[in-house]
Amino acid sequence: MNKNSPLFLAIRRFRRHKLAIFSAGVLLTMILLVILAPLVEKWLGVGANDVDLYSRMVAPSAEHPLGTDELGRDVLIRLLYGGRVSLFTGLMAACFAASIGTVIGLFAGFFGGRLDATLMRLTDSVIALPLLPLLIVLVAIDLNKLGLPPAIVESEDVSFYRIVFIVAITGWTTVARLVRGATLSIKEREFVMAAQGVGASNLHIMFRHILPNLLSPIIVAVTLSVGGVILLESVLSFLGLGIQPPMASWGNMLTNAQQLIWEAPMLAVYPGLLIFVTVISFNFLGDGLQDAFDPKAEY
Amino acid sequence: MRRFLLIRGLQSLVVLVIMSFVIYALIGLMPGDPIDLMISANPNMTAADAAALRELYGLDLPIYERYWNWLTTALSGDLGYSRLFGQPVLDVLFPALKNTVILMGTAFTLAVCVAIPIGTFAASKPRSAVDYGVNLFAFAGISIPSFWLALMLIIVFSVFLGWLPAGGIASDGAGLFEQAKYLVLPVATIATLSIGSYSRYTRSSMLEVLRQDYIRTARAKGASRRRVVWKHALRNAMIPVVTILALDFGYLFSGALVTETIFSWPGMGKLIFDSVMGNDFNLALVALLFATALTLSANLLADICYAWLDPRIVIGGEKA
Repeated sequence: MNKNSPLFLAIRRFRRHKLAIFSAGVLLTMILLVILAPLVEKWLGVGANDVDLYSRMVAPSAEHPLGTDELGRDVLIRLLYGGRVSLFTGLMAACFAASIGTVIGLFAGFFGGRLDATLMRLTDSVIALPLLPLLIVLVAIDLNKLGLPPAIVESEDVSFYRIVFIVAITGWTTVARLVRGATLSIKEREFVMAAQGVGASNLHIMFRHILPNLLSPIIVAVTLSVGGVILLESVLSFLGLGIQPPMASWGNMLTNAQQLIWEAPMLAVYPGLLIFVTVISFNFLGDGLQDAFDPKAEY
Repeated sequence: MRRFLLIRGLQSLVVLVIMSFVIYALIGLMPGDPIDLMISANPNMTAADAAALRELYGLDLPIYERYWNWLTTALSGDLGYSRLFGQPVLDVLFPALKNTVILMGTAFTLAVCVAIPIGTFAASKPRSAVDYGVNLFAFAGISIPSFWLALMLIIVFSVFLGWLPAGGIASDGAGLFEQAKYLVLPVATIATLSIGSYSRYTRSSMLEVLRQDYIRTARAKGASRRRVVWKHALRNAMIPVVTILALDFGYLFSGALVTETIFSWPGMGKLIFDSVMGNDFNLALVALLFATALTLSANLLADICYAWLDPRIVIGGEKA
């Protein structure tokens, strides 16, 4: 690889960011572990939803490395399966939100004028709303009243898609602003004029010429937002509004932990610790990527 | 400036009106409706009775007509009764607002008083141990789930040490010390999160300012490093920070929904949560609108602060 290519320089700057490297390692380990969850399940010989009321809230043992919860389910396996749900929700919702933001930002920045003003007012308005209280209402609505077919409303995964959808329609604003700002300056560059000169359509210019130049800030923004999304999912699930049991998520594993806090305080510790470690790793990683791609930003 | 204020004020008002319709429609989409609740209380009601009641209360009308009816009644001062509390909505709302102001006001003040000095200090000694410490704390603050921090504080201070109550609020007439005991844990939870984000903003804004020429000039003229940081730089570095603070100020009134719920603190956040969960349509609607209106006002305030603090900013072609 050329030693002066921007990518090479970015990689070199990123490698200096020890905390970010470490965080990337933590996240990869975490992802590997949750992928291997079925193996652990086989090894221990109990399923994630296997209830055993004779061994409720037992202390860690060889059979249950982290003990069991109030229904006698194995905590370790539920943590692993919960991690699948939490990580997947976070990544998917962050990507969806970024896609919406990218399209809105591109259109606003590229076409300017009325469209830009309208879209940016919309963005400002969404930012100015008290998000969490409104999200509570949004997750509480009855899908039957929206006229969705019962097959969807009653399916097991509906709580998962609902969260992804809700995060996506509220979380796009940061990326939209970022993309709009960058599009405004890039659209004045010579290669865009050249493309216009040879008769490329607006859509072609936006998505084939401008978008690739925005990838690195978008990647940084997505990485930084994954943490926020995981936090949001965990809060909603904790309140009983997100991922619905028996499907485990790190958030809903804490729902009952508060009532049991006097009897089994450790049940409240593990899921939250995993959320914390995951979110802080994504934030460190995003910070490192930001320094690597945009060396002007800090120091 | 006046023109700018007028335009932004009108914009906020339009957003508020749109949001009142959106919230009204969303509340209508929540499971059940008032008639269902009446039916569940009275087993003798037939389907025909229910339909008659729906017609009587205008629930069979299209959504925009129902909204219009609600809006005109609400503007005439009748916000309805809360189902959960059996009281007029405002009588429930104001005590909650008071509790939220106490909780959030304390947490906000504490956070600002801690975050700005430590953020500034970290920026004045970049790459020092203090800087890394502050940075780490800031990252922890923005990454920790609020409800988990609350649970951990309860485990340590209520379960193991038994020093502080795990939730609730002191009864009326209790001494100041007794009241304060209930405040400590929720305030600590909220302040930790805020200190994380505020100190990060302060630090990066300060770093930005310290790179500028006038700082070098001040140093060259012999002003001490400390004087330059705290006198010359801080004022300019505060401009973006104050905007962030003003923005956050709006969220203070919608309360810390999660923290209030965990600690059973009877504020706005818990009120909104309970009313949504308890099918208290009137209360949920008004509480949400109230929170929205206050947040929008805080946004307006943030814009004004920004323009007022930084005379270099030009708005809409004229100098602010």
